[in-house]
Amino acid sequence: MAQLTVQLGGTLQSYAGGQKTFQVEASNIREMLTRLGQQVPALKAVLDRGVAVAVDGQIIREAWFHPLTAGNEIFLLPKLAGG
Amino acid sequence: MPLDNPPAKRSFKTVGTRPLRPDGLDKVTGRARFGADATAPGLLVGRILRSPHAHAKIKSIDISKALALQGVKAVVTSADFADRTDGLRDVLVNVMARDKALYEGHAVAAVAASTAEVARKALKLIKVDYEVLPHVTDVDEAMKPGAPVLHDDMFTKGVEPAPTKASNIALRCEFGHGDVEAGFKQAAVILEDSFKTEATHQGYIEPHACLANIAADGQGELWCCTQGHFMVRDTCAQLLGIEVSKLRVTASEIGGGFGGKTTVFIEPVACALSKKAGRPVKIVMTRDEVFKASGPTSSASMDVKIGVSKDGRITAASATLRYQGGAFAGSPVEMGAMCAFACYDLENVKVVGYDVVCNRPKQAAYRAPGAPMAAFAVESIMDSLAKKIGLDPIDFRLKNAAKEGTKSSYGPTFGPIGLVETLQACKAHKNYAAKLGKNQGRGVSSGFWFNFGGQTCVSLNVNIDGTVGLSVGTPDIGGSRASMSLMAAEELGIAYEQVKTIIADTASLGYNDVTDGSRVTFASGLATIHAARDAIKKLCARAAKTWGIPEDAVVWEAGHAKPAGKNAGEFEPLSLAEIAATVGNTGGPVAGHCEFNAENAGPAFASHVVDVEVDPATGRTTVLRYLIAQDAGKAIHPTYVEGQFQGGAAQGVGWALNEEYIYGADGKLQNAGFLDYRVPVCSDLPMIDTVIVEVPNPGHPYGVRGVGEASIVPPLAAVANAVSDAVGIRLPQVPLSPPRVLAALTKDGRNAKS
Repeated sequence: MAQLTVQLGGTLQSYAGGQKTFQVEASNIREMLTRLGQQVPALKAVLDRGVAVAVDGQIIREAWFHPLTAGNEIFLLPKLAGG
Repeated sequence: MPLDNPPAKRSFKTVGTRPLRPDGLDKVTGRARFGADATAPGLLVGRILRSPHAHAKIKSIDISKALALQGVKAVVTSADFADRTDGLRDVLVNVMARDKALYEGHAVAAVAASTAEVARKALKLIKVDYEVLPHVTDVDEAMKPGAPVLHDDMFTKGVEPAPTKASNIALRCEFGHGDVEAGFKQAAVILEDSFKTEATHQGYIEPHACLANIAADGQGELWCCTQGHFMVRDTCAQLLGIEVSKLRVTASEIGGGFGGKTTVFIEPVACALSKKAGRPVKIVMTRDEVFKASGPTSSASMDVKIGVSKDGRITAASATLRYQGGAFAGSPVEMGAMCAFACYDLENVKVVGYDVVCNRPKQAAYRAPGAPMAAFAVESIMDSLAKKIGLDPIDFRLKNAAKEGTKSSYGPTFGPIGLVETLQACKAHKNYAAKLGKNQGRGVSSGFWFNFGGQTCVSLNVNIDGTVGLSVGTPDIGGSRASMSLMAAEELGIAYEQVKTIIADTASLGYNDVTDGSRVTFASGLATIHAARDAIKKLCARAAKTWGIPEDAVVWEAGHAKPAGKNAGEFEPLSLAEIAATVGNTGGPVAGHCEFNAENAGPAFASHVVDVEVDPATGRTTVLRYLIAQDAGKAIHPTYVEGQFQGGAAQGVGWALNEEYIYGADGKLQNAGFLDYRVPVCSDLPMIDTVIVEVPNPGHPYGVRGVGEASIVPPLAAVANAVSDAVGIRLPQVPLSPPRVLAALTKDGRNAKS
């Protein structure tokens, strides 16, 4: 279980009272999202609807079990759609 | 799966060649079956009644006379679809209006009849009692206090404290970092302006079409033209309340999608009619319906401000984007806000976006949704700034370009990316040195798109003659069957012609996300590589059994199983065909599979250079030269990569010069047809020159990046910058149609520069 720094992008910050950065203990994306939802209940519904997670600049849209480590740069972004 | 190492030394045998596409012959001879070509015994004709009003309360619908007409087999309204409160409610209400018609063309009822004539008569017999309401179709007007409100339960999200009054603003979002006010104080030059883009349609030649056949036992089949038949299956099943496993959807050949076929419009209606009539029902949209009732992209209103130091470094950048997404929340403003400044390495950046609803059709995705509009505004200011500080426009961009290690304007830090290489390629190209004449101008622009992966499942079957059948679940909208065959052939060490790739139906393969986000060559391609390697492992195991040696003593090289070394034994290599011929005796069929979340799609950047000539007497713009340099990571089929580049540019030129949804004061669309809504044709465009840049994506064994969308991001600004260069006036609104350019020239009192 790693101590992660999770940064919120865009509209997500407004659900967290404007706070941009959170410390979360987790080893993969699912754990990170679950613990973040517990820390910030107002974010939970948004997280449950789906967000994109940028890990070291690569966007992970769906894979819950993508591993996370303490050195990762983690950004939560709105759910993305393409054409 | 990471990049195969070392990438620079990797040589490809099949990938990177340019064979003919497997669907080509069928398409040029008329054998290919598109959505409207589907048929079935006892087929009924489905037609949809649409609102003539931009905004109206539906007080009642009387279908009794239509039902009584001979030949009418079913009529459906919103009463035939159970209401819902989940994320599909907007889709449901867009498919069939409930208590209000929210735009001209909104479906209110549908019939299934024995002939088209009877269906048309039946529509006229349906009596809808409307109470016409005030409407709004312009994004800025819709945001004003006192504007007609479309949804009395829409309270702007992303605002603290949460509003208590309903409005047309669905969402406020904000991205950025640093301190823009401090950054602007450091600037030597600051430019700001406001810009507008109009809504444009994806303009696919094939209208939406589908055939639904729901049997009495509740089992059904649906044929349709779509970018995602698994999405269609799941959505229709939910809207109709049937089990997903009972509905089998087959994707037809597709005559263009560009994002516009990533949702449902007529498919649930056809299913509901078929279910009610007990007969197959086909619905084919008219062109008028395509324009009025399928998704165009958003129109936008934007303010951009950029400050630079004396030496041309950007000190701060800010933007406010207002996108209307039609009658429902969900314009691509968040993606526009993230893409707006993504090309640049900025210490101080802030973008605010507003998602706004209007009495227009619900927007649908269109290639790099949200990005082209934002890029138009930002790259226009970049062009003006380069001129103001006396820097070459490419040098100015290079000075500020995002590169590996840059903290992007939307947050994450970029890995290896190819923007700098695309700009350098443009600068080195002969087009950039071409001399310009009177009334001619040159424009430069760059653009960014994220690229996605997503849920993907493929199956690769080895046939008894050594050929291979590859089933993928992502409809082919840009030559992807050829690319998949190339990748399978590369891995297996066989000829391209020995692989036949098909788009399998929803009963034959696991779930696949829609073909969107420039994902297919990356994601389905990655799955194909996995599946081929899976099959190779099994083929090696069969060879090992045949030779009586351990499986790990066999390797696969150039299409053959071989002993790994002298210690493994002396055996003649077995070809794929030789192993395939005996599979019935060595353990049964051999197949490779992959089902996974494809992630780590590398982002794409493109730079464009356009030369135009503007006729000062008419305001007409002629495109003289067009150059695209784009990072493909690794081009699997270079011709189709170039085709994606060129297609995006062609559509972008249309958006820049002519295409626009024009609304009357009555809120009705004035130009719902290709005569009045003018897409570019061949004679409007020069040969579009392309340079494929290859900066490998570390998240793919060959380095592939998606290429389908980034190419539409720069053209609006590139063309506008060229026109501005030609006429000496900044035109902040596209399309730059002849009347708009002529009016600007007349107002300015100037002729084109000489």
